Amino acid sequence: MTQLYPNSSSGEERTEPADGFAIDTTRRTTREALGDYAARLRGGQLGALPALLGLLTLFVVFTVLSDRFLTLGNLANLLGQGAGIVVIAMGLVFVLLLGDIDLSAGTASGVAASVLALHLVNDGNLLGAMGTTVFVLFCGAIVLAVVLALAARLWIGAGLAALGLLLVVLGVPANPWLEILLAVCVGTAIGCLTGFLVARVGIPAFVVTLALFLAWGGVVLQFVGVGGTLGLRDDVLFAVANGSLPVWASWLFALVAVLGYVALGVGRHLRQLRAGVVTAPTPLVLGKLGAVVLLALAGTWLLTLNRSPNDQTVIAGVPYVVPIVLVLLVLGTLVLDRTRYGRHIYAVGGNREAARRAGIDVVRIRMSVFVVCSTVAAVGAVIYSSKVGSVDPQAGGGNTLLFAVGAAVIGGTSLFGGRGRLRDAVIGGTVIATIDNGLGLLGQPAAVVSIVTGVVLLLAASVDAVSRRRAAAVGR
Amino acid sequence: MNDQQAGPPAEPTEPAPPVLRLTGVNKSFGPVHVLHDVDLAVRPGEVTALVGDNGAGKSTLVKCIAGIHPVDGGSIHFDGKPVRITSPRDAADLGIEVVYQDLALADNLDIVQNMFLGRERTRGGLLDETDMERAARDTLASLSVRTVASVRTPVSALSGGQRQTVAIAKAVLWNSRVVLLDEPTAALGVAQTRQVLDLVRRLAERGLGVVLISHNMNDVFEVADRIATLYLGRLVAELPTRDTTHAQVVELITAGRSGDLGLPRAENPAP
Repeated sequence: MTQLYPNSSSGEERTEPADGFAIDTTRRTTREALGDYAARLRGGQLGALPALLGLLTLFVVFTVLSDRFLTLGNLANLLGQGAGIVVIAMGLVFVLLLGDIDLSAGTASGVAASVLALHLVNDGNLLGAMGTTVFVLFCGAIVLAVVLALAARLWIGAGLAALGLLLVVLGVPANPWLEILLAVCVGTAIGCLTGFLVARVGIPAFVVTLALFLAWGGVVLQFVGVGGTLGLRDDVLFAVANGSLPVWASWLFALVAVLGYVALGVGRHLRQLRAGVVTAPTPLVLGKLGAVVLLALAGTWLLTLNRSPNDQTVIAGVPYVVPIVLVLLVLGTLVLDRTRYGRHIYAVGGNREAARRAGIDVVRIRMSVFVVCSTVAAVGAVIYSSKVGSVDPQAGGGNTLLFAVGAAVIGGTSLFGGRGRLRDAVIGGTVIATIDNGLGLLGQPAAVVSIVTGVVLLLAASVDAVSRRRAAAVGR
Repeated sequence: MNDQQAGPPAEPTEPAPPVLRLTGVNKSFGPVHVLHDVDLAVRPGEVTALVGDNGAGKSTLVKCIAGIHPVDGGSIHFDGKPVRITSPRDAADLGIEVVYQDLALADNLDIVQNMFLGRERTRGGLLDETDMERAARDTLASLSVRTVASVRTPVSALSGGQRQTVAIAKAVLWNSRVVLLDEPTAALGVAQTRQVLDLVRRLAERGLGVVLISHNMNDVFEVADRIATLYLGRLVAELPTRDTTHAQVVELITAGRSGDLGLPRAENPAP
């Protein structure tokens, strides 16, 4: 039942329809579509499949080994633990799509977190908290970031950085929502500096971000103080990673998300059918939608059950991190897939010279992805700081960055650029969080956790490299 | 005109005025003087072949017209009006489209995405995929190109000839006035070369001015209306194909002159 492209629309232009583009098919049967998918897999385009299989394996292994792994309380905890890494990884995907890397995303997020904590603890008086010299340097760096962003015509980046400067200079009294905004603005400003050095000055991203990784680590130490810890004593900030939506709100959220997803998916499919453009077979579209809806509803149901370990309290509802990650995922995917900016990111990552010749401002795109990365990393910083309830000199240091890069790569984002999706970061981040969580439950020391995570990352990178070679061999 | 083009076959009746005219174009890279006073006219509906040995400056000339290398001296007229081309965007805005030897396509994007790269259509701020896909398919169909199963195939899965087709079809999609093709058949098999040459001819029939760079004399004599020869950065002759023989062109390419054609004897650097 293969349907050929209908020849009626522009018939008078076509002189030889039989020899023309008439063989172009817009609709395929489910069997053909599945066959194509199998062919793509054989051709090395694995996408997120290895990560999903790996996640399944991990779940089975940990469930068998630990009786506490597959409990409601632990699964909800897993979401909170993984969210920080997942969010930073989502920002990194933008950079990785260009084939660049941002090693400083972790400590940059630490700077955002420490500014947030400092602002909160000192009730907005950053001048007093930092001392005059540091404060002036800090403000100078943000001004520089604003100027650089303006010069590169990154209006949103410049606007956010300028807003951050305003919040810092005005010394607005502490307010949890304001603190989150401030952290995000600081992240944006950092991204402007990184992006300028990489894209405009032309220093390799690896060197720039390695240097900044060290530098930002030092800045965090300066802000927080050696041996010090800034506690986040605020209900809103604590709830970000530890709180949950009420049960009724959880269901409302689930319904809105599911209905929106189905409406968009079905609407898009119908539009494609009507317009006669390439589209997936209807049974496959419906099957995919149905599966996601079922999973979402089942997950919501589980999370709205009482997961409290004792009888006195009731803990139920979808953790706040789920809507946070979901909103970022949807927004980011929209930007990458459906806007010119996103298309240009893929183009620059796929073939920089081709993008340049197509009139795309490669320098601006390159700078912008670092801004996106650091901005999103700041959101991640808010989440992981909220999880531990404080900011210490190690914030964003240590494994944070490597776990985030690992998450993106495990999910199927290519380090060579041009290939990857945001949902990869979510899947990969879940894998890493699961390893961390599961081995922790088994009482394994940090050494084992690091080694296992390293091996998994290595496996993921090999899958990427091997599938690339395979794709090259299969005549692409 | 600095070249000795005065021969028996001077234009019998002046055809359409050139859509693109270069006059006295010079280009140096540091101490290396690559283009010397090049004059070239591209007429609508004609295929002008640009031939020359390796290093004669063919690709540089194309890149100058495409705005990748700004010219050092000389003038460029488009539709009779002087223009300055300093970036690929300028060239695209004028309606000059270049199909490069190394195929400037992004492997990770599909055919539609590549054809609209840099000039995506949007609706309400979002990409209008439906509209772009239709336009791409109609363009390919109108050129009677046979291609793969779907315009949503990633370019990485296409053969060399198919990629070339996509790159050329892009020019038509954008209603370009002038298309420059840099060695479009260099890496292609016999059947694919056939397809691409047919396509080149069809472009000219649509009234586009086509510049074809090629090493292959058979290709050149098959599709070109005029043959312009570059020799060590100088445009030594621009002749109608029907008044020229293979041997003459080869001589022009290798020695810069052939009989009365090409460089005057005195200026000839090597005996």
